Amino acid sequence: MISVEHYLVVGALLFVIGIFGIFLNRKNVIVILMSIELMLLAVNINMVAFSTHLNDLTGQVFALFILTVAAAEAAIGLAILVCFFRVRGTIAVEDINVMKG
Amino acid sequence: MRGPLWGGYLRIVCGYCADVPDRAAKKGIEMGITLIAFYVFALTAVASALLVVLSRNPVHSVLWLILTFFSASAMFVLMGAEYLAMLLAIVYVGAVAVLFLFVVMMLDVDFAELKSGMQNYMLIGLLIGAVLLSELSLLYGHWVVASEAGSLLQSPTPALADAHNTVALGQIIYTDYIYLFQISGMILLVAMIGAIVLTLRHRGDVKRQNIVEQMHRDPSETMAVVNVKSGQGL
Repeated sequence: MISVEHYLVVGALLFVIGIFGIFLNRKNVIVILMSIELMLLAVNINMVAFSTHLNDLTGQVFALFILTVAAAEAAIGLAILVCFFRVRGTIAVEDINVMKG
Repeated sequence: MRGPLWGGYLRIVCGYCADVPDRAAKKGIEMGITLIAFYVFALTAVASALLVVLSRNPVHSVLWLILTFFSASAMFVLMGAEYLAMLLAIVYVGAVAVLFLFVVMMLDVDFAELKSGMQNYMLIGLLIGAVLLSELSLLYGHWVVASEAGSLLQSPTPALADAHNTVALGQIIYTDYIYLFQISGMILLVAMIGAIVLTLRHRGDVKRQNIVEQMHRDPSETMAVVNVKSGQGL
């Protein structure tokens, strides 16, 4: 029997890889967005693992909503990226300083 | 990984199980195959996730991302969440990953230049990753399920014979979670409108047909008869 810990370890590894990716690709927004997708996937794996472990479907329902929000976030993020590329001609994160924030 | 449904898949996958007369031995073989499948998919997911982050070409990154999603979807099947597995394959691989691929190929970006400073951040990234991983492993080493957890179930999974995963999810999404379901639909609608508004642009250098303007044209305004004297222009 595969225990819930097996899946938690996979989820933790994927989450850490996602964070590692954000640090590693600090210039490339597209890979940062992909890393965020990886982190959301890790959260989903944890949700489903606990849902199976505790015999409670709520975890899977929440994973469903996380999936929805992740899809919306990816669509909006990429739209902003395309917009930004049209204006500035680059997607390097360091150049995103128009607002001097 | 529960119940007879998954066992049924396995029996189809490994035909030789049928030749094993002993029930316990059959169960053992199924467990062994499940374990092997889990390790294969887990290793594939982690390795391809690393390649998403590390590969030099973003197109390759997206392709590795697709492999990660497929492996995760296979792990969802192992966990008995068939509906989410299919959703992951359709929504993530079919829509999100293809959207990424589309944007990566559409933007004319010098990706080699973007990758140039990668080594500078490798050390700090590895450090923070190691710290987070050690924290998570400390947590995972010491957690227990609360004794009253069994009584706190919001929507217990029905027996597989009564309703399989998709039916069971549908029975609670459209009843207990109907407001969340509606709101998630609204989120998707807003995201769709937002993406269209953000990316739509009216270019000034191309002529577009304006049908309303066209239909309201009046011959008296668009045409005039002018007497031109010979030898002179207008």
